[in-house]
Amino acid sequence: MTAALGATPTIVLVGHGMVGQRFLEALAERGLTATHRVVVLCEEPRPAYDRVALTSYFSGKTPEDLSMTDMAFIEAHGIELYVGDPAETVDRESKKVTARSGQVFEYDVLVLATGSYPFVPPVPNKDATGCFVYRTIDDLLAIEEYAKEIEVGAVVGGGLLGLEAAGALKGLGLTSHIVEFAPRLMPVQVDNGGGAALLRTIEDMGLSVHTGVGTQEIITDAAGAVTGMKLSDGSELATEMVVFSAGVRPRDQLARDCGLTVGERGGISVDEQCRTVNDPHVFAIGECALASDGRVYGLVAPGYEQAETAAATIAADEASFTGADLSTKLKLLGVDVASFGDAHGATADCLDVVYSDSRSGVYKKLVIGRDGELLGGILVGDADAYGTLRALTGSVPPISPEQLVLPAGSGGGAQLGPSALPDEAVICSCHNVTKGAIRGAVTDHQCATVPEVKKCTKAGTGCGSCVKVLGQLVTSELEANGVVVDKGLCGCFGQTREELYEIVLALRINTYQDLLDRYGRDDAKGGDGCEVCKPAVASIIASLAPTIGVSGYVLEGEQAALQDSNDHFLANLQKNGSYSVVPRIPGGEITPEGLIVIGEIARDFGLYTKITGGQRIDMFGARVEQLPLIWARLVDAGFESGHAYGKSLRTVKSCVGQTWCRYGVQDSVRMAIDLELRYRGLRSPHKLKSAVSGCARECAEAQSKDFGIIATSNGWNLYVGGNGGATPRHADLLAQDLDDAGLIKLIDRFLMFYIRTADRLERTSTWLDRIPGGLDHVRDVVVEDSLGICEELESLMTAHVSSYADEWASTINDPEKLARFVSFVNAPDTPDPVVGFVPERDQIKPDLPLLSIGLRPGAAEEVLEGSAQR
Amino acid sequence: MTLAPEKTDVKVQLRLADGWFTVCDLTLLTPGRGVAALLPDGNQAALFLDRAGKLYAIDNRDPFGGAAVLSRGLTGSHQGRTFVASPLLKQRFDLESGQCLDDETVRITAYEVRAA
Ligand code: SRM
Ligand SMILES: Cc1cc2nc3c(=O)[nH]c(=O)nc-3n(C[C@H](O)[C@H](O)[C@H](O)COP(=O)(O)OP(=O)(O)OC[C@H]3O[C@@H](n4cnc5c(N)ncnc54)[C@H](O)[C@@H]3O)c2cc1C
Ligand code: SF4
Ligand code: FES
Repeated sequence: MTAALGATPTIVLVGHGMVGQRFLEALAERGLTATHRVVVLCEEPRPAYDRVALTSYFSGKTPEDLSMTDMAFIEAHGIELYVGDPAETVDRESKKVTARSGQVFEYDVLVLATGSYPFVPPVPNKDATGCFVYRTIDDLLAIEEYAKEIEVGAVVGGGLLGLEAAGALKGLGLTSHIVEFAPRLMPVQVDNGGGAALLRTIEDMGLSVHTGVGTQEIITDAAGAVTGMKLSDGSELATEMVVFSAGVRPRDQLARDCGLTVGERGGISVDEQCRTVNDPHVFAIGECALASDGRVYGLVAPGYEQAETAAATIAADEASFTGADLSTKLKLLGVDVASFGDAHGATADCLDVVYSDSRSGVYKKLVIGRDGELLGGILVGDADAYGTLRALTGSVPPISPEQLVLPAGSGGGAQLGPSALPDEAVICSCHNVTKGAIRGAVTDHQCATVPEVKKCTKAGTGCGSCVKVLGQLVTSELEANGVVVDKGLCGCFGQTREELYEIVLALRINTYQDLLDRYGRDDAKGGDGCEVCKPAVASIIASLAPTIGVSGYVLEGEQAALQDSNDHFLANLQKNGSYSVVPRIPGGEITPEGLIVIGEIARDFGLYTKITGGQRIDMFGARVEQLPLIWARLVDAGFESGHAYGKSLRTVKSCVGQTWCRYGVQDSVRMAIDLELRYRGLRSPHKLKSAVSGCARECAEAQSKDFGIIATSNGWNLYVGGNGGATPRHADLLAQDLDDAGLIKLIDRFLMFYIRTADRLERTSTWLDRIPGGLDHVRDVVVEDSLGICEELESLMTAHVSSYADEWASTINDPEKLARFVSFVNAPDTPDPVVGFVPERDQIKPDLPLLSIGLRPGAAEEVLEGSAQR
Repeated sequence: MTLAPEKTDVKVQLRLADGWFTVCDLTLLTPGRGVAALLPDGNQAALFLDRAGKLYAIDNRDPFGGAAVLSRGLTGSHQGRTFVASPLLKQRFDLESGQCLDDETVRITAYEVRAA
């Protein structure tokens, strides 16, 4: 079949990788999808995905998470996307492309974005069973499958990708080796000093590194499966798997076959507009292109720039691509490695400023030009300054280079904030966003938060390495605009919740009034506070109760007056003024007797019952004066408060796990119960949810929880920051293969660190996205103990756990507290006549004499508490 | 004026059309929290005590949601005016005037109240 050449001109894109997808977006932005027919031939079985983040598949990201293709975008722009159908031949004379399926497309413009293929050195048995490359999702799936049966793996190539691959093998539980021909790791990016620092850190992580040796032959067994490799120094390395990561080569075969010029070492030759040098109708972009500066770029950022250039040229706009920066930052198993600019000091007359501390594996080198300008550098072990330094490249830094490399706190060290950068400085090199553009987003487009700026400029949405600097810039720009970013909690307190927490903890302030009178804003001191700070402070006091010496019982003394109205009645208010009752059912496990008790109580009090989304049972329609009676019976039967009303631990859901399920690898029910009992009653900035799944099938949906646990054959993987609700977020992997004690210790620390630093009503998901440094920072603090506070976090949790008491049991035993559970202070035996019910489906529902239901103007968001932000 | 809590015989009274109506002992009120009172005509009032010992009373019915729950809201002050935020959808009501601070067209009954 030949597609008819209609009136609309056709653009055919060959290759739907990262750069191809960016090209489509650039076409759409320029309106070209409306005026052109756009055909995309995609070889892989799935549309464009984030290859840069490929390795995150091994830390739990699914192929769907990695996707960069919004099918709604493809459809909205009428793009014809043929997945799994590569281009096989190009006939430039008749301007036709033939796909493997036999479809033929006539084009007016052809764009080649075929990327590269991994280079496999021509060693004997390189195709044996157990040999892999590391480029596509399918490669990873194959590696993962094969790794299940074996114990040792080796990676050929100690470059950026090789280290990533070796880290992944280790994560799959293999003993892993790296074989690098050059005398050091990451030979392209770092020098000998940096390589040495990197080597020490990588070896400390349990990876074996063999540098200065080449691979001569792959050894196989009789069945043709890998058993080892012969190295150039004559030694043999036993391994059951080999992953080749020895560099990439441009995929230019299609171009060669149709007579386009390719470079000596490969790459389709293009001019500054990314047009092939032979044919004005054909463009090449991304890793398959040999740019006009004679280079093939193996990074995504230059590819994006080429995509923009090609789209602009097709739209007859002016654009050119003349070369790009090769800066990279890599985080492998927690080691930061970055290089930028002229990292190897190739410029004439340049000088190095080096700081090296082999003990802690830190190495920093800056290359300084004759006139003091920063030309480039290498950072290993501590790359915090990467964003700022990269952006300063080409200019004379405002402080001396020595100060820039010395660690902060060493006396001489100085931190250089991003405010020192010139406007032209590129902050996000993935998307080529300058500091000026970011400032513009804040000033002209009124973006007041990092997420808004990300959306507006795309900065920070690539590799993520610039997000930290981005945050600093947004704040300093807001401040510069005189927007007094009042970070205060409310009209009563000028401090943030986090600051108030620190004050309460450090000074052991244990009443709200004392806190308000001493630390409130001047005009709030001595006053009544407000509905914002009272529950927030009540929560802080409750989280720290045993440590600051107050009762952990939230209805005790002053605390009672501060609680949100649900907490005040230890139940959830419903629309007609009645309450719901949710007893705790740890892990969702309940005996038949327990079910019968709940059934009897619900029947006797005429309550509506429903199984909740949290694996427990909710009884609705209790009048306030019935609450103590209902709870007396529940407590008697061994139930306790489920805290459905509190900003505290809700449920730890579980799947049935190893005990019954044929797939289970750990006892998920026991762990869920243990965790629920450990953290019950813990007051926090927002509610906390958890779940434990017995295997990777994830029936308990742990990855949608604040802290979720998934069993592995070696223990437990801990995920944090997951969320359902209006803006769902999958949790991030914090640590792998933990034993029981290690898991609990880490959760203790994580929760206490969250409680300490989060804003009011800020769930772990939003907190993780907001705090500077994000997940990496949290991991540093709670896993590596970088702030030295883990002991304190653990002891705070221990204090909470040991002082826990069921608040409903305390309440029903306290006549003074019980006196509050009445509809009327002057008629304790009279029920509220407004609370009424009508029947529905054999149960009851509220009967409301309906009045107009309106929201407080501007409060619509606040009603969805989880999404309210300061 | 701050009342000494040991004066247990002090009563909270509301002014209704036909005179002062005695609700309860002052000691039953907690500063910062409310209680509901059933009135002779079947209406309900929400009574509050602030930190300084001042008493307030407004209608207990939330005019937006329809339920009689304002006594269970959290109190606070805004530009010097003491208010209660409804526990349903959080609209705030000035405790002295009954004026809704978030919708100027809505105002609920406020009662004169005293401790005697
Ligand atoms: C009863 C229940 C619905 C049901 O019938 O199944 C429920 C009911 C309420 N949910 Fe929920 N949620 C219930 C499970 C869930 C789940 C499912 C889960 O936990 O696995 C979710 C999604 C998971 C999550 O939280 O991320 C969920 C996400 C929310 C949210 C959105 C949270 C967010 O971070 O975006 C809110 C609003 C909020 O808390 O700010 C909310 C708020 C509420 C409130 C408190 C709304 C309110 O203020 O009245 C409801 C009160 C319940 C009551 O009166 O007892 N509910 N809610 C479920 C009780 C579970 C339990 O046993 O405790
Ligand atoms: C593990 C890993 C980590 C990386 N990390 C980084 C990083 O941190 N920073 C960075 O800048 N870069 C990184 N890269 C490199 C980055 O992924 C590439 O620069 C980028 O993907 C190049 O985009 P592209 O579209 O040119 O090529 P690709 O993304 O490779 O896409 C090309 C696509 O074209 C398809 N194709 C080829 N021939 C045909 C045909 N005839 N017909 C149809 N389709 C065809 C291929 O199947 C492929 O899907 C990494 C790469 C890997 C593998
Ligand atoms: S998560 Fe795994 S162990 Fe748990 S029920 Fe599902 S399949 Fe079974
Ligand atoms: S530099 Fe990669 S996202 Fe900004």
